[in-house]
Amino acid sequence: MESLGIIAGFWLLAGVTIGASLAVFAVRNLLHAVVFLILAFVGMAGLFITLSADFLAVAQLLIYAGAISVLLVFAVMLTPLANRDNSNSLYVLPGGAFALAFATIIAFVAIEVDWHQLRGDALGARSFSTTVAEVGSALLGPHVLAFEIASVLLLAALVGAIVLVHEDETGEAA
Amino acid sequence: MSLFASPLATVDGLSVTLEHYLVVAGIVFSIGIAIALSKRNAIAVLMGVELMLNAVNLTFVAFTRFSENADGTSVLTGHVFVVFVLTVAAAEAAVALAMAVLVYRRRETVDLDRLNLLRW
Repeated sequence: MESLGIIAGFWLLAGVTIGASLAVFAVRNLLHAVVFLILAFVGMAGLFITLSADFLAVAQLLIYAGAISVLLVFAVMLTPLANRDNSNSLYVLPGGAFALAFATIIAFVAIEVDWHQLRGDALGARSFSTTVAEVGSALLGPHVLAFEIASVLLLAALVGAIVLVHEDETGEAA
Repeated sequence: MSLFASPLATVDGLSVTLEHYLVVAGIVFSIGIAIALSKRNAIAVLMGVELMLNAVNLTFVAFTRFSENADGTSVLTGHVFVVFVLTVAAAEAAVALAMAVLVYRRRETVDLDRLNLLRW
């Protein structure tokens, strides 16, 4: 049993996410596409909230809607002479057909498979109050090795990004 | 039924299940595929890749919502995996966008159709 409000919330958030993703494909200006991409990220964070994933929803807002979208805007702004229209190449027809076929297959499998013990309402109340403590203890407990490796990966990406765009005194890119 | 739920506000036939989330994630993933395959601009291609990563995160969270131990407590391994996906996505976006800026500096374009340096 679920209240009507959260069901309406799910359909609204799903519609916003899918509509904004389609708009990223359809709009003619690259900066408008970035704006719709941010809207899709925010809608996805709302879908995380409907699944009781509060920590991930906030992390999604911070990392995707905050950091990655700023990076994208920077990249668009740092390429001023490049073509700003969000145009398609010759691969739009095969690419679109492949994507359509892929979506059909996924939807077919998701609906046809008997999800056995994964049945039930997705929107019902969970037994815990927050996921932050559990995710934190899982990160620093059984998954601590991957956690440390991720920190090394982030450092490597940081240094790599700086080295890539660094210019020495002669103005030559590294 | 909880104390605060009114009898009118409960529906059984309309319940949102795992399939709904999987279909939404599949659609968003496919839109990401379409964008990544068919856009000319390298930055637009990166946007498609980010959408695909995001859709995969949604499936992780949806499956985690239903996974339980034998004693009924929830398992949040999927959430942990999503945290790592977020980390790798942030690193990937930083490096890839730096590469796009670098390519722009050398070639004055980020049009993937015109970046044919490796063509024989």
